[in-house]
Amino acid sequence: MSTAMPGVRGWSEEEMARRLALDIPDGAYVNLGIGLPELVARYVPAGREVVYHVENGLLGMGPPPPEGHEDPDLINAGKKAVTAIPGAAFFHHADSFAMIRGGHIDLCVLGAMQVASNGDLANWTTGEPGSIPAVGGAMDLVAGVRAVCVLMQHTTRGGQAKILERCTYPLTGRRSVNRIYTNLAVLEVTPHGLRVVDLAPGVTIEDVRQATDAPVMPADA
Amino acid sequence: MIDKTVPSPAAAVADVPDGATVMIGGFGEAGSPIELIHALVDRGARGLTIISNNTGSGEVGLAALIRNGQVRRVICSYPRTARSVVFPELFRAGRIELELVPQGTLAERIRAGGAGIPAFFTPSGVGTVLAEGKEVRTFGGREFLLEHALRADVALVKARCADRYGNLTYWKTARNFGPVMCTAAARTIVQVERLVAPGGIDPETVVTPGIFVHRVVVVPTPTQESQLVREGRRYP
Repeated sequence: MSTAMPGVRGWSEEEMARRLALDIPDGAYVNLGIGLPELVARYVPAGREVVYHVENGLLGMGPPPPEGHEDPDLINAGKKAVTAIPGAAFFHHADSFAMIRGGHIDLCVLGAMQVASNGDLANWTTGEPGSIPAVGGAMDLVAGVRAVCVLMQHTTRGGQAKILERCTYPLTGRRSVNRIYTNLAVLEVTPHGLRVVDLAPGVTIEDVRQATDAPVMPADA
Repeated sequence: MIDKTVPSPAAAVADVPDGATVMIGGFGEAGSPIELIHALVDRGARGLTIISNNTGSGEVGLAALIRNGQVRRVICSYPRTARSVVFPELFRAGRIELELVPQGTLAERIRAGGAGIPAFFTPSGVGTVLAEGKEVRTFGGREFLLEHALRADVALVKARCADRYGNLTYWKTARNFGPVMCTAAARTIVQVERLVAPGGIDPETVVTPGIFVHRVVVVPTPTQESQLVREGRRYP
């Protein structure tokens, strides 16, 4: 297993979210996963209008409500209180997943346990005995959303690679990830493998290769 | 005259038999018909198969039904939520069966069940462990899985407002699985906060047409599940 170079930190989580948000085009319909991906909404550049899809039945999610104004019937996929913007729409689950599976959502941002260089994604279970398997909408999102972005730390806390030649955890979907945004770099999944799109300040491609268990091509390859 | 209202949650679930398949609406606590579920706990029907997105939290609502030993099997997309203790414990002990279904596949299997479609092909889950044993067919160069429709003996759903015909409106993201579940059960039982006279719901805003609903029970101020969980309450 590769391990991250000690001392190479790259982007903070906020900076990772900000970097990803730069790549969301004006007018996009976007689904943000639970956890780190939720940060992305804060950093969409001014002047771009993005409509957030919430898989439990809301198009047009707004910012979190002020404390004391939470409505338990207005929540996101992580079951946290949200708001609905003027112009929002509510709908039932079959319609919501028709939006997802039917290719109507432009982009989603997901966390991951592992991503393979061919775009295979593992983000729902380690498959360990005694773990409670729970898949939610992840398999539908990766099957249907046009651009699937992963936002995650480049390695595990223990320094083990999460970007691999092949995933070892059970898959969420095959060949489904388009881009990977980590604390070290932005990588694109191409038919020939992973290619650097961007490097965090002070991070070299050799640092990225050191932390990745798959070949990484430079941006100009 | 058609009047689908019944006087109480107990009356609404009084004939749910042992071994029934029961759809239960809700995404977490949003849309979870907690008074109907508690009435089903009181009713005591056992050996149930539950079709629901989650498996409840704390020891109230769906978690209480499971804790009470009434559930043999769940068909579910996400049986592991914050403050979910009962299902994980029984699952690890091998005392409850789980059929794990991607959330969109769950919704579509229910929709298909209500729409008279026995099965359909979907891209979700292809190449994963959830595809094992399922027929794969290629359309346009891409693989799809055959998934079968779900129907139930009973659906328990929470909506906001009804009339005596069973026309329904919902409230925000509490709508979630309600409309599709209403269509897919032999007996659809709905709790609402408000009953209005026919015409009190604009026909343009009806979400579930009354034909899909068999019983309506008014629960004017439903209990908030998360509050019961925070208070450490159990049912019964």
